[in-house]
Amino acid sequence: MAVPRFWREIPNRYNLVGARCGNCNKILFPPRSICPSCRRMGKLEPYRLKRQGKVLSYTVAHVAAEGFEDQVPYVLAIIELEDGPRLTAQITDCNPDEVKIGDEVEMVFRRMGEESQDGVIYYGFKGRLIKP
Amino acid sequence: MRDVAVIGVGLTKFGELWDVSFREMMMEAGARAIENAGIDGKQIGAMYVGNMSSGQFIRQEHISSIVAEHAGLLPIPSTRVEGACASGGLALRQAVIDVGSGLHDIVVAAGIEKMTDVLTGVATGALATAADQEWEVFVGATFPGLYALMARRHMYEFGTTEEQMAAVAVKNHHNACFNTCAQYQMEITVDDVMKSPPVTLPLKLLDCSPITDGAACVILASAEKARKLTNTPILVAGTGQASDTISLHSRSSLTSLQATIEAARKAYKMAGVKPDDIDLAEVHDCFTIAEIMAIEDLEFCKKGEGGKVTEQGETAIGGRIPVNTSGGLKGKGHPVGATGIAQVVEIVQQLRGEAGKRQVDGAEIGLAHNVGGSGGTAVVHVLRRGD
Amino acid sequence: MDVGIVGYGVYIPRYRIRVEEIAKVWGENPESVKRGLLVEEKSVPGPDEDTATIAVEAARNAVKQAGIDPQDIGAIYIGSESHPYAVKPTATIVAEAIEATPDLTAADYEFACKAGTAGIQTCMGLVEAGMIKYGMAIGSDTAQGAPGDALEYTAAAGGGAFIVGKNGSETLAAIEGTYSYTTDTPDFWRRDMRPYPRHGGRFTGKPAYYKHVLSAANGLLRQLQLTPQDFAYAIFHQPNGKFPMHAAKELGFSREQVAPGLLTPMIGNTYSGSTMIGLAAVLDQARPGERILAVSYGSGAGSDAFSIVVRDGIENKRDAAPKVLDYANRKVYIEYATYAKFRKLLVK
Repeated sequence: MAVPRFWREIPNRYNLVGARCGNCNKILFPPRSICPSCRRMGKLEPYRLKRQGKVLSYTVAHVAAEGFEDQVPYVLAIIELEDGPRLTAQITDCNPDEVKIGDEVEMVFRRMGEESQDGVIYYGFKGRLIKP
Repeated sequence: MRDVAVIGVGLTKFGELWDVSFREMMMEAGARAIENAGIDGKQIGAMYVGNMSSGQFIRQEHISSIVAEHAGLLPIPSTRVEGACASGGLALRQAVIDVGSGLHDIVVAAGIEKMTDVLTGVATGALATAADQEWEVFVGATFPGLYALMARRHMYEFGTTEEQMAAVAVKNHHNACFNTCAQYQMEITVDDVMKSPPVTLPLKLLDCSPITDGAACVILASAEKARKLTNTPILVAGTGQASDTISLHSRSSLTSLQATIEAARKAYKMAGVKPDDIDLAEVHDCFTIAEIMAIEDLEFCKKGEGGKVTEQGETAIGGRIPVNTSGGLKGKGHPVGATGIAQVVEIVQQLRGEAGKRQVDGAEIGLAHNVGGSGGTAVVHVLRRGD
Repeated sequence: MDVGIVGYGVYIPRYRIRVEEIAKVWGENPESVKRGLLVEEKSVPGPDEDTATIAVEAARNAVKQAGIDPQDIGAIYIGSESHPYAVKPTATIVAEAIEATPDLTAADYEFACKAGTAGIQTCMGLVEAGMIKYGMAIGSDTAQGAPGDALEYTAAAGGGAFIVGKNGSETLAAIEGTYSYTTDTPDFWRRDMRPYPRHGGRFTGKPAYYKHVLSAANGLLRQLQLTPQDFAYAIFHQPNGKFPMHAAKELGFSREQVAPGLLTPMIGNTYSGSTMIGLAAVLDQARPGERILAVSYGSGAGSDAFSIVVRDGIENKRDAAPKVLDYANRKVYIEYATYAKFRKLLVK
């Protein structure tokens, strides 16, 4: 991902800044410039989501996406955040066989990759299981 | 819109075609279709070419010009159509709209993908660009990963099993054995699938469609013209297309493709048929779970029962509703841009009664279902005998 | 001096490798290594962790514990000898990740293992001068030790973050004094563009660690007219388990005063994080009114000594974020091959 493209999304990637529509109160993540429900009547403002959520589905990846080859097997999940929006994220710091649908997670700050060995480092979110 | 019919079909061999170039493949499928239609190339008014990513696979954009040029059809209008793995289906739809509108009487709808000129890792990376680069791929998602997320949730909600998913692969490989164009002409067992290497669990290698080179082509004509040219015109009775979010996580359901449901609703309505009326279907089985979800979303069975009916043989040739008689993406191969056209080639051959050992007896109405990405685009066509 | 600690937070990665596992690879006797270094195992960063991610986890814990608005943080300094970039600050990454941007100053510090405490001193000065409301100092490292070097047994990963502010109802401990002792003593270094540090072996002991730690501690005691008996706890930089115990003994501190802040035997040497995590571990259990001595050491060389008095505010705050022992006890053991992969020691 090119530097400006990554940089523009730093608030979203580091702090889960999404958007809230002042018209219908819907919370959106990733952020958009137009509310899909209210369209031009919508009033989107930045909204920082809470970091807690739960696992809706998951997969254990043995064949990695580019850049994650050294981390297989890794768990990729769809997480529903407490505020409502869903996102795709890895579950870090876990044994792949301990993740279950419904597990509570918190989003943490992790290194996601790099442009190249000489290039910028990408940081972003991963989920981590909240153990009871 | 006036009625539109398919009058000719052509297909290349699907597989790793090391000694055949992009240009050669397209010409081979095109020439076969024109020959099959019994027309002269000069009668063709326009062409639409479905192609997902020649820019990434062969570093060549603007292939519409290349195809028209190499076919010797200059200066007819040629248009590339892109909708990820649904590019072929979308190209067909554009061609149908063109002929239906009365703009041209005979139009080509083609599809092509040359995927093996790059290393496998580059090819899978190119395919991944059909997912959300910023919010899926960035965090480590791949297409097998996204479909695995659907599979896991389907298992959770409906009790679908890995063995039921494997049954899709077993059936489609079996069907492919009777298709000389198919990439894989070998039988596999549920055990083979279960023991194949893990990709993105619960999906294993044999749950996944392969990387394939291939091209497909159909010739469309107005129904009126078609009846003069052939005794077995196949009418495009219904076409439906729908869009959904590019990212899987943004959808309310992880176990249905809303775009499929919507596209099917439109296509059924336009054709004036019900799911029960369909005699056979080619559905987008890029992964085994995708076929299970497709036959549910197309209403060939109740939601959640796709795995069960597959396991019970209802979708086999000779079953209640044969699905992917060609071998599907799984057995025949999945040259992404060509797939949507190749599906229609199969339906046409079946409705004409030309499908040989995989023939569905008495097939009158067929359906083709083509999906882009993880479901951001879906296109459904209903075809019926027009004689 | 009228400044104190408003909040603190730590982070230690979950992975551990035992001394036995490393010794096996290099044909050494694990028992003699453990006896010599007083270290049992060390923390290892996961493949998606680095100094910045560790610093962010620690900083978020500190903000949570302090209960402050991160927009009120006017300065962030991150000390490390394993900054992810040679040029491009870690501090901006952390500032952004805790939502302290853009109205603040920030910089990365480097002074071997004491760059984190150097940041505390800078923040103290800025707060005392009224230039900022709060300052955050972080020590965070994913320490490098060359394969086969003695450092490999101890070079660990972890970090601690401290938020410094004016003494008041929200401070959980007052910093009553600081004293530094600095000379040019090349006992340990890493040249530009080189992956691993080199060190002077036994030269890192007497003329380096001990001389600076003892001088800084004595200087502070003299300045504040205090004796070891005035302190409930003492933390000394802990490159291994042995050095801080020796230093304590030399200065007249007991084993009991040192043990609560001695983490290296469990987690290894977290370099810039070492003294900060030790201090955090003590604050996790100290009672109001108790006095703490904390002395860092950075090769090259220098020591920063602090005298800290715990205040009543600590009781309400310290349960708001995970404690040092929560992280220290959360562990997954890995074998050397996995360690080599995580630390990118394998040539591809």
